[in-house]
Amino acid sequence: MAHQIVATGRSRTGIPTGRLAVWWIIGSEIVIFGGLIATYLLNRFNHGPSWSAEAAHTNTFIGAANTFWLLTSSLFVVFAHAASERKDANKTRMWIWLTIMLGGFFMGFKSYEYATEILHGYTIFTSNFWSFYYLATGLHGFHVLCGMVIMAIIAENDIKNERNWHRVENIGLYWHFVDIVWIFLFPLMYIAK
Amino acid sequence: MSGHKHPSYLKIYFTLLILFIISVLGPEMAHVLGLEGVSRALLVLSTAFGIAIWKAYLVCAYFMHLKVEKIYAPYILLACLSLLFVFFFGTATDAMFANGHNWVKKYSEDKALAEVIARDEHHEDDHSHSESHNESHSEEKSH
Repeated sequence: MAHQIVATGRSRTGIPTGRLAVWWIIGSEIVIFGGLIATYLLNRFNHGPSWSAEAAHTNTFIGAANTFWLLTSSLFVVFAHAASERKDANKTRMWIWLTIMLGGFFMGFKSYEYATEILHGYTIFTSNFWSFYYLATGLHGFHVLCGMVIMAIIAENDIKNERNWHRVENIGLYWHFVDIVWIFLFPLMYIAK
Repeated sequence: MSGHKHPSYLKIYFTLLILFIISVLGPEMAHVLGLEGVSRALLVLSTAFGIAIWKAYLVCAYFMHLKVEKIYAPYILLACLSLLFVFFFGTATDAMFANGHNWVKKYSEDKALAEVIARDEHHEDDHSHSESHNESHSEEKSH
């Protein structure tokens, strides 16, 4: 579908429009996830013993495996960006799909973890800790899922047709932010017991 | 940002992996060594959370290219981070106290901890009960 591009750059900032928009999205996400993390910390400091006893039930192995998938996927998405700068469509698509695959591993592990916890009776209604746990990890998982869908669209709609190469960098920025959120959620929910 | 020279992504990635391993092992070491109190808190905070900040910096600086991005982008992020601190300190002053003008928090930490312990004991009982049930069931089958 042919469309007229209206504005690709903002002269005041020197940043292309799409990338600038992604920075603003990340800025708003900082307030959302940062607020959640700050509230978690506040509760953890105020209600240390009970929250610590609840955190002891989270599965550190699955949390660590998911950290590994996301860190590796961050590497793959920078490789995709580097390939897009060379206008190498095959390599770009390959790295994007590998990133999506690792996102899939993350979601698979997370689903298994949720299923195990719910079967053991730890649901979103069990206690304040579990409410936070499901809200924070669920919201993060939703972001992972959105990133995977957007990456698949970029790979098959844009890069396959060798257009809109800048979108690889934009989705890469978003994906790195999702990785950073997990970098903070992992010690909070799985390590500090 | 196509004009700049890329850093060694693999080097950054392996640094992140090493930091990740330290962040998992640190709190485990505190548990194995039987540390308590301030020494435990220091080890857990420095390895788990200190390293999380370091890892986030590496991802921001090198994978997100913030080091070579136009200064406007870090300004956006810092402005939002500042806004977060305003929200946090604006509400924390109330949230950290158990009572205030015409309000008292009904939450009781002792009661919450007792509920967690009772639930865990109940789970363990259920688990051991189902295990003994399975064992007796398998014995019946073998007879």
